[in-house]
Amino acid sequence: MKARAFSYFRAATIDQALHAHARAGDDARFIAGGQSLVPALSLRLQAPRLLIDITHIAELRGVRREGAFLRIGALTRHCEMLSEPLIAEFAPLLRAAAPFVAHPAIRNRGTFGGSVAHADPASEFPAMTLALGAEIEIVGPSGSRRVKADDFFVDLFETALQPGELITAVFVPLFKADQRFAFDELARRRGDYALVGCGMLATCTGDRIDDIRISFFSVGNTPTRVKGTEAALIGSSLGAERIAAAQAALEGDLAPPEGDEVPPAMRLHLARVLLGRMLGRLGAGA
Amino acid sequence: MSAPLTSLDRPNSYIGRSVPRPNAKRLLAGRGRYVSDLRLPRMLYAAFVRSPHSHAKIISIDAGRASALEGVHLVATGADLAKICTPWTGTLDHFKGMTSAPQLPLPLDRVVWAGQAVVAVVAESRAIAEDALELIEIDYEDLPIVADIDSAREAGGPLINPGSANNVCFRSQLDNGSVDDAFAHAAHVVEEEFCFGRHTAVTLEPRAIIADYDPAAGALTVHHATQTPYQFQDLYSRHYGLPEARVRVIATDIGGSFGMKLHVYHEDMAVVGLSILLGRPVKYVADRIESFVSDIQARDHRVRARMALDGKGEIQAMDVLDLTGIGAFSSYPRTSVVEGNQVIRLIGAPYRFKNYRATLEVIFQNKVQTSQYRAVGHPIACAVTERLVDMAAVKVGLDPFAIRAQNLIADDAYPQTSPTGYRFEALSHQACLKRLHEMMDYDALRSEQAELRKGGVYRGIGIAAFVEITNPSPAFYGVGGARISSQDGAIVSLTPSGEVRCLISVTEQGQGTEAIISQIVADQLGVAQEHVKVITGDTEVTPHGGATWACRGAGIGGETALQATRALRRNILEIAALILQEQPSALDIIDGEVVDAGTRNQRMPVSEIARIAYFRSDTLPPGTQAQLTVSQHFAPQGYPFAFTNGIQGCSLEVDVETGFIKMLKHFIVEDCGRVINPMLVDEQLRGGIVQGLGAALFEECRYSETGQLVNGSLADYLVPMPMEMPDIVIAHIETPTADTELGAKGCGEAGTAAASACVLNAVNDALTPFDATINSIPITPSKVLKALKRF
Ligand SMILES: Cc1cc2nc3c(=O)[nH]c(=O)nc-3n(C[C@H](O)[C@H](O)[C@H](O)COP(=O)(O)OP(=O)(O)OC[C@H]3O[C@@H](n4cnc5c(N)ncnc54)[C@H](O)[C@@H]3O)c2cc1C
Repeated sequence: MKARAFSYFRAATIDQALHAHARAGDDARFIAGGQSLVPALSLRLQAPRLLIDITHIAELRGVRREGAFLRIGALTRHCEMLSEPLIAEFAPLLRAAAPFVAHPAIRNRGTFGGSVAHADPASEFPAMTLALGAEIEIVGPSGSRRVKADDFFVDLFETALQPGELITAVFVPLFKADQRFAFDELARRRGDYALVGCGMLATCTGDRIDDIRISFFSVGNTPTRVKGTEAALIGSSLGAERIAAAQAALEGDLAPPEGDEVPPAMRLHLARVLLGRMLGRLGAGA
Repeated sequence: MSAPLTSLDRPNSYIGRSVPRPNAKRLLAGRGRYVSDLRLPRMLYAAFVRSPHSHAKIISIDAGRASALEGVHLVATGADLAKICTPWTGTLDHFKGMTSAPQLPLPLDRVVWAGQAVVAVVAESRAIAEDALELIEIDYEDLPIVADIDSAREAGGPLINPGSANNVCFRSQLDNGSVDDAFAHAAHVVEEEFCFGRHTAVTLEPRAIIADYDPAAGALTVHHATQTPYQFQDLYSRHYGLPEARVRVIATDIGGSFGMKLHVYHEDMAVVGLSILLGRPVKYVADRIESFVSDIQARDHRVRARMALDGKGEIQAMDVLDLTGIGAFSSYPRTSVVEGNQVIRLIGAPYRFKNYRATLEVIFQNKVQTSQYRAVGHPIACAVTERLVDMAAVKVGLDPFAIRAQNLIADDAYPQTSPTGYRFEALSHQACLKRLHEMMDYDALRSEQAELRKGGVYRGIGIAAFVEITNPSPAFYGVGGARISSQDGAIVSLTPSGEVRCLISVTEQGQGTEAIISQIVADQLGVAQEHVKVITGDTEVTPHGGATWACRGAGIGGETALQATRALRRNILEIAALILQEQPSALDIIDGEVVDAGTRNQRMPVSEIARIAYFRSDTLPPGTQAQLTVSQHFAPQGYPFAFTNGIQGCSLEVDVETGFIKMLKHFIVEDCGRVINPMLVDEQLRGGIVQGLGAALFEECRYSETGQLVNGSLADYLVPMPMEMPDIVIAHIETPTADTELGAKGCGEAGTAAASACVLNAVNDALTPFDATINSIPITPSKVLKALKRF
């Protein structure tokens, strides 16, 4: 299939992008890596009159430290997640997730901001912003604001972003010496969207978990933090019994939807298995 | 290894050597010329409105707004095309009693599957044509949907073809020996029901066609991504009433076909009609989404089978019922019953028993058509047979290798006839079995399996023996009245510079046909392979022949090239003998030079003979007419099919918590007779195995209860990818057929034939410690977890 005809505008600044969007009314889309938008255009699932290319806006680029945070520009490409030393040092969970996002050709173009904005519930990075306690910086006609990841994902492909607003950067709290992390997913083939996936970040004193954030993807309409499961783990060390308790708690946190190949009970089962394996590794200090 | 055809010390002995494909570099450099690359002057583009309903009446079509859209040249309905195209019916006479409704390019008043093309739009660009599609309004009235095999068979249920008695397309029965008796006296009986999901070919290049009708010349040229240009020349000519000689079908570079590109598709027929109506070239390239709902699909079988054995584990009898759903029509011109027919005839084929009964029922349903796809019927027959053999082994208390050693036909027992009537010239089951045992290091694998099991790691080992039907004679289609050739033709010329051109009817889809033909020509003539140019795939240029289907390129096309080249060599040596005043028998050709046969002393270059013959014929003795172009046809005689055989093995690991399966290693020992190019044979086997593993683990066209395909995109329909594929270890046994000089049989389907059976056996082997079995393909994590009762 071929996309419907559209106009194209390449913005040089955030202001230009915002103005172009405002002028076009609702009938415009920002395009970053295009790895989600272009397929949607080709399938005529979306047919905006105007595409606003944001990939030449310098302010959306770059990864740098800002106080207690790592600021990851929205245009940071998936492949840079693998190569950028600051990511490996201060956001190792993102580094761990990156190889699981699609295939090299897609990682070369797809952007972090685009992935978070698109908010596919099966995507790795949006779920990781939850596990990391990240904040999303948004700019729009009425100015700039920062939204906690916990408040960002609203429903299926629906976020705190209003039409015409841009993500400029994602702020990730710097990884600390007393923290441990784990990432894994169960996908039929390498690079596929997972049947279920999970990322976690724990703050520990010795083997005791003082705090933990666990986030699943491919389990519902949005990336999902499992707070009941987290609660079952906080304050204790990761023995077999604790892990089993956390696995049992998962049922209260997740309500997977009906799926064509994967019924809800199976997805819950897989989530439990994955959680158990990851906590085992986390406990072993891996 | 059998003796080489020519002595290997000759400079041009290419038969048996791994030489690279001459066209590989061109394709790799992006210089392929696929149909989608072609842009003809004044060319227009077609797109189709597709039915969202699986079964519905067409009440009205309003195309007014679409026709008025700028850039749209034509909107055509079923009625418009029915005026110029005669209907076709997918039946063959030798399938007694089979029925199928007549088909037209686009339906007149009823749609019978979701995705069926209903209205065609031709416009300046594909994008404009798609804009127009959105403006066409079609009113449908729902009809009762027949989606699955059981509801299709219900007495008094809805009918797909009004006026027919039921939804049965074809029934067939085989009954040889005394089956009831054998079961009554059996020491052991094993029985199981097997399900085989639908899958489809997913060629890298989708279906693509440009029809170019020139009203001034009354001539039709079709650039067509097909494996059988001659068949389509015949069909376009007859259904559009054009003289055969005015229809030219060109099939140049093809990006994979696997049997999918030899059937008549409604869109393709429509495009020819659209070009005739417009007098302009019209292009249509199926996109992936369209391929999923309109390319033929394959399999969709449910087989109940049982096997009787005596106390020692000797197979006594098999009894089989195969139910298969084929869509709303039988496909044309090869029908949709061949797969079922091959399933019931291939079951049990490697084994010695004689009592066999089978029933086949081929059933219509509101889905896209199924038809021939790589290894037609083989994977099903193989999985059913080999799984039952493994189940029997457990029951009798034999190792999988031991029960096969006991029951596979002995290598010195040929000729043999299978319990279903197939005749085998010479096979090597026992030699293959033995070789596989060594190659797998079977005993070590078994002890490793036992060791790992103690630690909760569940590995499985599976093996599966098979036969493959190759080199088909007219017994395949011709006898049924189909104008599908089983012979091939070749024209071989010596050029004025002493090089060689070979025009041949077998075609190239990326498998290396042109490579092996040039090897054979160079070898048989005695010239360097780079001096042989092979030309395929143009009905105006290459002689009529079967082209590519079943497994026939090397066996039949190769023999055609061999015989044509030998005739050319005789003619060249005759002229050489006249010039050199020698007997032709005293001369030979080596590396482009005429030499003394005995001493190999060079006498004159072949290029000099060409120069004299073409430019200085006045210097030849009076009455000499040099014949430096020869043509030859060859049709297989003797055995109706040249059967090949082999065995596969695999080792895999089942994660019993997630249901995921990891392939560890795959093995094949294969006997395709004379191996012309070992590298290309190995490529065929590897590619075939990967396709079989796709079927075993990943690929399935999944339908809703209302006949809607629910995973029709490459995001949801999983094809096998390299990361999940194991290393594949290959060995050959060579038993050439004596029916040809070349001795080659086919190898294109052997990999696919047994790969899924192997995996099925290995997964069940891995699950032995649990009370769990799986007898359904593909084997997905959800099936494994369900069998293990994990959720
Ligand atoms: C074959 C394939 C496999 C894939 N597999 C995976 C996978 O396994 N895991 C995974 O996570 N993803 C996968 N993806 C998706 C890929 O990661 C996308 O790159 C990503 O989801 C979107 O990023 P993008 O930059 O390409 O966004 P685009 O496609 O350009 O845009 C997507 C949406 O986000 C909006 N947008 C983009 N940037 C911004 C911004 N800065 N502010 C506000 N809105 C913005 C756009 O308007 C659009 O609506 C796959 C894609 C393909 C084609």
